[in-house]
Amino acid sequence: MSSSEPILTVDRLSVRLPPGADRTHAITEVSLSVAENELVCIVGESGSGKSMLANTIMRLLPESVTTDGGRMLFGGRDLCTATAAEMRRIRGADIAMVFQEPMTALNPLRTIGDQIGEVLDIHTDLSKADIRSRVQSLLSDVNIPDPLRAAKAYPHELSGGQRQRAMIAMALALDPKLLIADEPTTALDVTTQAQILKLIRELQQRRKTAVLFITHDFGVVAEIADRVVVMQHGVVVEHGPAKQVLRNPQHPYTRQLIAAVPPVAAPLPRKLSDETILALSGITKTYRTGGFLGRGARVTHAVRDVSLTLPKGATLGIVGESGSGKSTLARCIIRLLDPDAGSILIDGQDWARLSRGEIRGRTRQMQMVFQDPFASLNPRRKAAELVAQGPIIHGTPRHQALAEARELFELVGLDPSAADRFPHEFSGGQRQRIGLARALALKPAVLVADEPVSALDVSVQAQVLRLLTDLRERLGLSIIFITHDLRVAAQICDLVAVMKDGVVVEHGLTGDVFGRPQHPYTQALLEAIPGGDFARTAQN
Amino acid sequence: MGPVKRYFRSPAAVLGLVLLLIVIGMALSAGYFYPRDPLALAGRPLIWPFANPRFLLGTDNSGRDIAAQIFHGARISLLIGGVATLIAVTIGVMVGALAGFYGGWIDNVLMRITEAFQTLPNFVLLLVLVAVFGSTLTTVTIAVGIVAWPAPARLTRAEFLSLRSREFVQAGRTLGMRDTQLMLREILPNALPPVIVYAGVVMAVAILLESALAFLRLSDANVASWGNLIGLGRDVLRVQWYVSAIPGVAILITVLAVSLVGQGLNDALNPRLKQR
Repeated sequence: MSSSEPILTVDRLSVRLPPGADRTHAITEVSLSVAENELVCIVGESGSGKSMLANTIMRLLPESVTTDGGRMLFGGRDLCTATAAEMRRIRGADIAMVFQEPMTALNPLRTIGDQIGEVLDIHTDLSKADIRSRVQSLLSDVNIPDPLRAAKAYPHELSGGQRQRAMIAMALALDPKLLIADEPTTALDVTTQAQILKLIRELQQRRKTAVLFITHDFGVVAEIADRVVVMQHGVVVEHGPAKQVLRNPQHPYTRQLIAAVPPVAAPLPRKLSDETILALSGITKTYRTGGFLGRGARVTHAVRDVSLTLPKGATLGIVGESGSGKSTLARCIIRLLDPDAGSILIDGQDWARLSRGEIRGRTRQMQMVFQDPFASLNPRRKAAELVAQGPIIHGTPRHQALAEARELFELVGLDPSAADRFPHEFSGGQRQRIGLARALALKPAVLVADEPVSALDVSVQAQVLRLLTDLRERLGLSIIFITHDLRVAAQICDLVAVMKDGVVVEHGLTGDVFGRPQHPYTQALLEAIPGGDFARTAQN
Repeated sequence: MGPVKRYFRSPAAVLGLVLLLIVIGMALSAGYFYPRDPLALAGRPLIWPFANPRFLLGTDNSGRDIAAQIFHGARISLLIGGVATLIAVTIGVMVGALAGFYGGWIDNVLMRITEAFQTLPNFVLLLVLVAVFGSTLTTVTIAVGIVAWPAPARLTRAEFLSLRSREFVQAGRTLGMRDTQLMLREILPNALPPVIVYAGVVMAVAILLESALAFLRLSDANVASWGNLIGLGRDVLRVQWYVSAIPGVAILITVLAVSLVGQGLNDALNPRLKQR
């Protein structure tokens, strides 16, 4: 493969950021090449400059950001010096791009067929009928079920995976020499992700396209890459054939990223307490929307008859894909939502029957950590105040609560001197630590964590998970841990429950469920983990 | 960078503040420069501006000093604008917060009432209120406040609707906060910036509404307001246009200043805009 002529050669490319940014260059002297029929992955965490590189190749940079030295040779031409008109001909026809979020990349007011047809209409002289049949063959190429109907559908009428298939069909419409895919599977569920990855790999091999695939996930790399380019802070720290980099990483940053891809197998089982701290039985939550006097109403069974127990000091993982009802269940447990039926027993007290006022007095027993570290902290409060809020509500004098907040800062690994800063002055991982400190300030017995690490970079994810494990030991916490990522669940949970369409389909010890999955859905989930084989073999 | 520093980075905001300070300065110094009753006869009627050094801005059709009326009128305009805005924003924020936070039938009832107020043309409603309750300074101010509350209410409701489901509000709930604490301490500070900016608009509208009333001679005739002066000038508009034009410019400058300050405050108070 490496013997064939490179389609794109990036040579010591630098991109300058406007003054006032956190560094002078987004990309510094990056060199890489992509050959025909080759899939190159660019891996890096947020801020590594990997998306900026993709936009530079497409010459889609904001005006304040400029290339600053280097060349990008594509088909014997330097893209850095191409005119705007030349770039318009190259984009779409020679280099195509697939974005992370298909919903925002597609025009919501036009049908899928119309939007794919437009690409052909602009760049070719095909007749209307020819365009229509090309659109059909493209849609069947990307394995969309019922391509005739999909062509007439609007973006919101398709599922996330189908939308991404349509985006790929659009990108491939003109047989581009190079396809740039910018995190195309990050917004998708794990089973859908596996299908899309397989599709991209197949299409690439059938059409001999060169693919530049941008991702943050080494699991994805293990799944599809021929060669890997690892980026950190705008610099290429390591590159080489995928197998070599994965098996034998040279740069410490690469090693750190690979280590952060957790093995799927569960850690050694811990001894679980016989004492149950939280017992759920028959939790049911149904949403009814629309409909007047019951006519035409849509009923959604978000959670159906869920019964689980959490032993004292254990971590119970609730895993499932989007729409499985796991977040609704979490919100029912902590009574942000009122369950329709069932009981939530903590210390012999049924939380499902308590009134809102009674819950307010008992919030010390159970606390929650939220998913989004940006949305879950009030932007107008200082970090120390956020953490001290809970104890102040429950009657701790203000100065004492603030002093305790500083101690908690140390506990969750934050600098206590940062306590006077506002949330936007912290990074995502630090914010999640503040959220954790806020929950711990009330010294809860049970912690409900709703996707606490899914918005974080992998290396930060690993740190926060270590912190959680450590705190669990030190404070004797019992944790309900909601996640869509089975690798994360395998890392931290003693017990897991797999949810699908509001129902727990399988639950038990993590080692049992992940090692010998009984339910077909659990098996499908485990099968779909990107780089699953790599992760399984790497630990041996 | 603190909010004060950020405010002063914007030239428009600084200009607005300077203009507003000039108007406030006029209001405060009116008693010093023009200690006599501004509505008392001072000299020959209809002296053009700059024609007589005693009357720098001339006199109106009954021989009263225009400059004195402009200085004293600044007090009235700021008073009416300020108090009416306070009334409108207070009612608006309370209604909007309750409707947005609780939703359901509370929202339905409050919003139907708001719509009832909005469907009536502002000025007609104002005329009715003044016709019923009389046209003293107090009733005019309250009437303007009552007319202007629906817009801040809708704005506050929209902010509350989007903020109440945010995770930090849910976090506050799981910490055990009461509804009032959630509304006042968590949501309101985040919902206020657009309302503060809009308060500038409300204040401008309040000043204009009072002027329009005065132009129709329906405002309190016993106080020296800019609107009253414009109303008087109406009789001599074609020749001695300055009688109406001078208070008109004063209103224009005040309205502009208030709007610029409101916008500047929004940019300065919002810490998320820091990076821009």
